[in-house]
Amino acid sequence: MTDGPAAPVGRWTVGTLAEVDRLGDRLVRLRLEVEDRVDHWPGQHYVIRLRAEDGYTASRSYSVASDPGDPLLELMVECLPGGEVSAFLYDEARVGDRFELRGPIGGWFTWHGEATAVCIGGGTGVVPLVAMLRHARRHGLTDRLRVCAVGRTLDTLPYVRELLDAGAFVALTRENLATPLGVARVAAPPYLDEVAPLVEGAERAYVCGSVGFASYAVRLLQEAGMLTRSIRVEQFGATGQ
Amino acid sequence: MVITRGFTGRPRRGRPDRLPPGQYDAGEEWPVLTAEATPHLVPEKHTLTVDGAVEAPHTWSWRELHALPGSSYAGDIHCVTTWSKLDMTFSGVSLDQLWRRTRPRDGAAYLLAHSTTGYTTNLPLADVTGGRAWVVWAEGGRPLAPEHGGPLRLLVPHLYFWKSAKWVTRLELLTADRPGFWEQNGYHDRGDPWLEQRYQGDP
Repeated sequence: MTDGPAAPVGRWTVGTLAEVDRLGDRLVRLRLEVEDRVDHWPGQHYVIRLRAEDGYTASRSYSVASDPGDPLLELMVECLPGGEVSAFLYDEARVGDRFELRGPIGGWFTWHGEATAVCIGGGTGVVPLVAMLRHARRHGLTDRLRVCAVGRTLDTLPYVRELLDAGAFVALTRENLATPLGVARVAAPPYLDEVAPLVEGAERAYVCGSVGFASYAVRLLQEAGMLTRSIRVEQFGATGQ
Repeated sequence: MVITRGFTGRPRRGRPDRLPPGQYDAGEEWPVLTAEATPHLVPEKHTLTVDGAVEAPHTWSWRELHALPGSSYAGDIHCVTTWSKLDMTFSGVSLDQLWRRTRPRDGAAYLLAHSTTGYTTNLPLADVTGGRAWVVWAEGGRPLAPEHGGPLRLLVPHLYFWKSAKWVTRLELLTADRPGFWEQNGYHDRGDPWLEQRYQGDP
């Protein structure tokens, strides 16, 4: 866990919702105009703080999906059962709403082209990888980034079309997936022989997803020969205990 | 300060005596957050070293650590990502026991905790003396799971939980502060949840 140059850090500011899209019954994409924005590095996150009239607040962190070159800040939020912030954003947010925002935050799970990297994301864990991919495309760095995206179904995996178009390897675990050659990939988590070619020559790996997903992906990377110390992890969610 | 249109939030039960500002009660869940691959360590082979600015550096084997007078913490923990978990019970050894054996030198003022993974976190020595910090191997009477820092983690429950380094193997005492992993990556040097010291630049 070595150091690099310090990642940008932003203070509290305000974002105005410029675009909002509900995608299916669980995902909401928010695009915000951020006052005095500090440009982030792909992989960093923002905190959204909701404030009630009596001063009560609730805040949560969300990875940024946009690349720094995007004039708006894009977040993809998954509505969690009973989620105080995510459910509010899914149910209530509309264009013109103003939110307290803080970011960018986090200096570890970042990539801005400095190393050849393999990324594995599960579900909304693909969001920071999308920021990396967009950054890579904008700056002609796509040969330095290999992405593996894992979801249950095509309809529930955020950004799946963009990922496929960008040449990411997509594995669906609950339904078969038609590949560009017309052959179906049978529903399954990614296999070692599917991930190994992505790992070859990669100096670093990024894993983002639920706790269970992250431990699966880390093991897969280790089996494919990735050095444990070169694996950066961002996980979310809970264990039952 | 911007009021969020239409936001009322959850019922204000339980606040404010137990939950620091901006925190929510995670209930039964115990979220897992790490920046690196979870190591799977053999408890019986795990050791803990105290060195740096001490008179008598020492390494405890797993068995020797368990032979020290035990101590436990019953109470709450608070993660910077805004969840808090109430009524936890951790068992282990108070760091005071380790300082008794190793005797911090006069100028020792900071602790840098090291994990087997290379993770580090820095703390003022004052925050980890006087019965406020432990190394622990069990929670709720069960061995700590690897994803929660087992076999051994630091426990400093009055500060945000990233200070409670998982898989701790070395406590290095310092005369001058040296930022740890998250502290170099934008997080606060002290991390008091009641002052909301989450990120660099907070009060």
